Amino acid sequence: MTRYVLGRLLGAIPTIFLIVTISFFLIRVAPGGPFDLERPLEAKVMENLNKIYHLDEPLWTQYLLYLQSISQLDFGPSFYFRDFTINELFAASLPISIQLGLSALALALVVGGMLGVAAALRQNGPADYSVMAAATLGVTIPNFVVAPVLTLLLGVWLGWLPVGGWGDGAFVNKILPVVTLALPQIAVIARLTRGSMIEALRSNHVRTARAYGLRSYLVIVVHALRGAILPVVSYMGPAAAALLTGSVVVETIFGIPGIGRYFVQGALNRDYTLVMGTVVVVACFVIIFNLVVDLLYALLDPRVRYD
Amino acid sequence: MTDKQTRRVLDIKNLKVDFETNTGTVNAVRGVDIHVNAGETVAIVGESGSGKSQTMMAAMGLLASNGRTEGEVVYENGNILGLSIRRLNQIRGKKITMIFQEPMTSLDPLYTIGRQLAEPMVEHGGLTWKQAQAKALDLLKLVNIPEPERKIKAFPYEMSGGQRQRVMIAMALANDPDVLIADEPTTALDVTTQAQILDLLAELQKRLGMAVIFITHDLGIVRKIADRVYVMKTGEVVEQGETRRIFTQPEHAYTRMLLDAEPTGHKPPVPDTAPVLLEAQKVKVEFELENGFLQPKHILRAVDNISFALRKGQTLGIVGESGSGKSTLGRAVLNLLPASGRVVFQGQQISGKDRGAMRALRKDMQLIFQDPFGSLSPRMTVGQIISEGLLVHEPSLTAKDRDARACQALEEVSLDPSMRNRYPHEFSGGQRQRIAIARTMVLKPELVVLDEPTSALDRTIQKQVVELLRDLQKTYGLTYLFISHDLAVVRALSDTVMVMKKGQVVEAGPVEAIFEAPQDAYTKELIGAAMLTQRQMMESA
Amino acid sequence: MSVTTPDIVAAPQRGRSLWDDARDRLLANKAAVASMIVLAAIALLSVFGPILSPHNFDTVYRDYVKVPASLEAYPKADQVQPAFEALVKRARLNLESYERVGDQVVVEVTSRRAIDPRSVRYIDRSDMFKNAALTDLADEDKRGTLTADINYLHFYFGTDANGRDLMTRTFIAGRISLTIGLLATVVAISIGVIYGATSGYLGGRVDQLMMRVVDILYSLPFIFFVIMLVVFFGRNFVLMFIAVGAVEWLDMARIVRGQTLSIKRQEYVQAAEAMGVSDGGIVRRHIIPNTLGPVVVYMTLLVPKVILLESFLSFLGLGIQEPMTSWGVLISEGARNLQGSAWMLIFPSIFLTSTLFALNFIGDGLRDALDPKDR
Repeated sequence: MTRYVLGRLLGAIPTIFLIVTISFFLIRVAPGGPFDLERPLEAKVMENLNKIYHLDEPLWTQYLLYLQSISQLDFGPSFYFRDFTINELFAASLPISIQLGLSALALALVVGGMLGVAAALRQNGPADYSVMAAATLGVTIPNFVVAPVLTLLLGVWLGWLPVGGWGDGAFVNKILPVVTLALPQIAVIARLTRGSMIEALRSNHVRTARAYGLRSYLVIVVHALRGAILPVVSYMGPAAAALLTGSVVVETIFGIPGIGRYFVQGALNRDYTLVMGTVVVVACFVIIFNLVVDLLYALLDPRVRYD
Repeated sequence: MTDKQTRRVLDIKNLKVDFETNTGTVNAVRGVDIHVNAGETVAIVGESGSGKSQTMMAAMGLLASNGRTEGEVVYENGNILGLSIRRLNQIRGKKITMIFQEPMTSLDPLYTIGRQLAEPMVEHGGLTWKQAQAKALDLLKLVNIPEPERKIKAFPYEMSGGQRQRVMIAMALANDPDVLIADEPTTALDVTTQAQILDLLAELQKRLGMAVIFITHDLGIVRKIADRVYVMKTGEVVEQGETRRIFTQPEHAYTRMLLDAEPTGHKPPVPDTAPVLLEAQKVKVEFELENGFLQPKHILRAVDNISFALRKGQTLGIVGESGSGKSTLGRAVLNLLPASGRVVFQGQQISGKDRGAMRALRKDMQLIFQDPFGSLSPRMTVGQIISEGLLVHEPSLTAKDRDARACQALEEVSLDPSMRNRYPHEFSGGQRQRIAIARTMVLKPELVVLDEPTSALDRTIQKQVVELLRDLQKTYGLTYLFISHDLAVVRALSDTVMVMKKGQVVEAGPVEAIFEAPQDAYTKELIGAAMLTQRQMMESA
Repeated sequence: MSVTTPDIVAAPQRGRSLWDDARDRLLANKAAVASMIVLAAIALLSVFGPILSPHNFDTVYRDYVKVPASLEAYPKADQVQPAFEALVKRARLNLESYERVGDQVVVEVTSRRAIDPRSVRYIDRSDMFKNAALTDLADEDKRGTLTADINYLHFYFGTDANGRDLMTRTFIAGRISLTIGLLATVVAISIGVIYGATSGYLGGRVDQLMMRVVDILYSLPFIFFVIMLVVFFGRNFVLMFIAVGAVEWLDMARIVRGQTLSIKRQEYVQAAEAMGVSDGGIVRRHIIPNTLGPVVVYMTLLVPKVILLESFLSFLGLGIQEPMTSWGVLISEGARNLQGSAWMLIFPSIFLTSTLFALNFIGDGLRDALDPKDR
């Protein structure tokens, strides 16, 4: 087990290396630079800045320098937020995004899973159709529509919840962002669960469980759901990585100081180190969550464990 | 007769089962009366679609959600049809238990054997998990599972099909049931395993005394184990009675047809002067199995050093159980997969030729598959399927010529040529196999490799296909390589027989020699399991 | 036996292909049929709406900034007099009397100096009046009668923050969004199908390598890559759908590869091989027709995804540039003006959501129709 995990993590290093390389050169071939402001800087200042950030050296050297610093987990200084290093920015923002993402994920799993199972048990009935219609709606309404509508309704008109801001992580401040983040995930999970649950309920081994007079709980949860949850687990990997690395929309609308906003700000301002940093962080999350998913899968399905 | 034997434990009265489908109501079962007495074995025989399984599924409350029932299923003076799930669960799994056709999927892949065995005991017998585990171990011993202490912790995928079916039987016996329903429990198993499972069931019934309802399409099994027989056809019982009476004096025409469905006759021998069409020398096929990272690669020798020669007009029967390498041999001979050794066809060495060089020869050597559902391209019309080979081998033909040839081929296999613009899914299994045969016949081949061509078909249809193959061989002087696990069919069609086990030939020789006086122990076991000897006894009696 | 025996051959009956069956099942699916009608209506509105609409999508009505959606024409009855009075004042004229005759306003105006006939332009320049005329000049041109027709305009969806007709803008946005959706999907499907089919058909090491590349691309933060592409290479319509298409092909490649692998193992492909059919023939006659189903389904489900991605980029301000617009741009504007001008969010959202809803239902319907065992 430990050997397997270590092996997988070591195997991820070439992947990360490739991702760093591709991103690095892709960003650098793009026109424009971090100091191309509307009012050009004085030549002397520009020269100094370029020197500080090693921009005067050949690209190849810069690449090696970056590799060197990143291998020490140092993402370098920010080009745009000049008083901060990327590590400082991430240290402040990443925990917030992770906290929001995890809460949304948990909410989506519980609610989406229950809705999906309920729909599957009443297949082609009115309950099934309404859950599926709601789920389709959840997938189709973009969260930048949901967020302002929820804010207006619960924040402005009813005044139950704060309109935005982080409030140092107060519970009431988290409700709206978490719900907004969770809604589309609830919809996807409900659809997935329903589909695999219907298949599971028709499978031969569930028929066996029925034929042996087991209680509905045993038939549905113990025998059908455990197998049916597997596709949901597979979906959760990439979804979790995306949720935990912050949502640009939700963080912008609710004014939350998470990592998602740095995505856009970094790109808009040609902040090379910030862009690279986010790419690496997101890639690491994807890799880690794929590993977590595989481990969970093995936990749920002995056949995988066997391989 | 004792009192015990005449007490009806399960009495199905005028049972009807309908399914609501998109295309209308399907009457799967149309008023069936079936009963079983205590300690008795009753067989329900019928071909696919006769409603025999649905009858018992309905009795157990296991129908699909679009199924509707009518009638009565009386157990212990009470009607159990349409009971609430809670009430039904007090009976099923406890008093009435069931084993299914698909041993590979009937057990939950995610839980250990021990846990699944214990579940119904905890549920119905009021046992604690610990007691149930102990009893599960006894049950595994009862059904002769080797190393029961280890297997109780095993998962279903770690067991063979036969072992899983034994586990299912153990599960069925756990709560001392009054009735055991066995729905084609041996159909998916190899013949030798089949015989073991049947013996086990018969022995357990003798010891424990429950009633058994045995659903099957195989009359050989019925004769071996059943006291009474119900014959079902299109949702109705057409004939019933004691086993001996049904087999000796069948009344209904359908029963007679079923009994007569076993292929009979022998193939007239081919003169020794006929030229050798196909010769295989030391054919070997190996597969590399990946055992995972860093582990040494495991090499599976699927076909191990096999040689044979086949004269024009002859049929070589290759028999063996699943995994014996018989299908691989068939494909290797056609150079469809990489093999070592030497294969000579029509005086030309074909082994080692690449796909391009083989193309011209493919016209003369054809392959027919087991699964008539999978071997026809689902989005092409029958005409297109049949004439596809002509596109390759007779490119000079016009579309009209090809169409005419397709019609001709369809007529040869007794199908209406006006159906050539239809699609495969509009035909039954037997018709599809005829289409597959027409596809090969249109090219007028010399050699046809038949890979279990009748195994997926019902007995009566099987017989028609066998007759068709026989006629075609006679008309065109075809040479067959006939691969099958069905010894009766092989016997009826072959000149010589080769028995394979684990990639090797254990015995080969003229058909009568093999069947009358088998030398090898494995051959004897195979023939014994197929109950051919029994049939001979009955024929000679 | 002779080869040509056409006279004995009965006229062939037409069979029902799987496509025929699928079409029937799809047409029997009420949700899917309703969705197709909705989608067709939206598509027609998007294509012809801007042509038929009395407004241009970029015409600015300065007098009608953020007016609510209404079936009645603007200006409303109570708006006319104050608006006219304001205009007269701006023209530095004194209003002596005000009279409204039908759709015409007739007023007496005076001035301390002679009235410049060009001052009617003040009236005409307004969006509310037209055909202003100065008549009956008297008193050394210091007094006269000013008439003007009321210019009735309809804003069924209201107007935006710049005073542009929202209905026309919603229609024109539909053109852009649907075009992006379709083009990007075509790009994604083409790349995905070619890549996946090659990988699956070749198999072996090539397959492993190609799928490894896909795995690596999967771990890139791709939404972010689109943002980067758009930011660094400038905002441009063509780039937009290339970027989105280049991102979304990964799933398609995986689906097609899986499908190709499973079809390759099917016995009908083996049968064709045993008959000596060439690779090209196998791909053309057996593999492509049988992969088409999942591709079509995925395509209908990809279009909404792409439209959503475009609106997301527009929300970040990286999408379509003014005065052109897309649903995403309109919605993000609407979201900013939700308080007080809810119609600016509601109408584009209805169009976007119904389109996505319809496409999803059609996709689901197609899947059920093509693969009926799921129902």
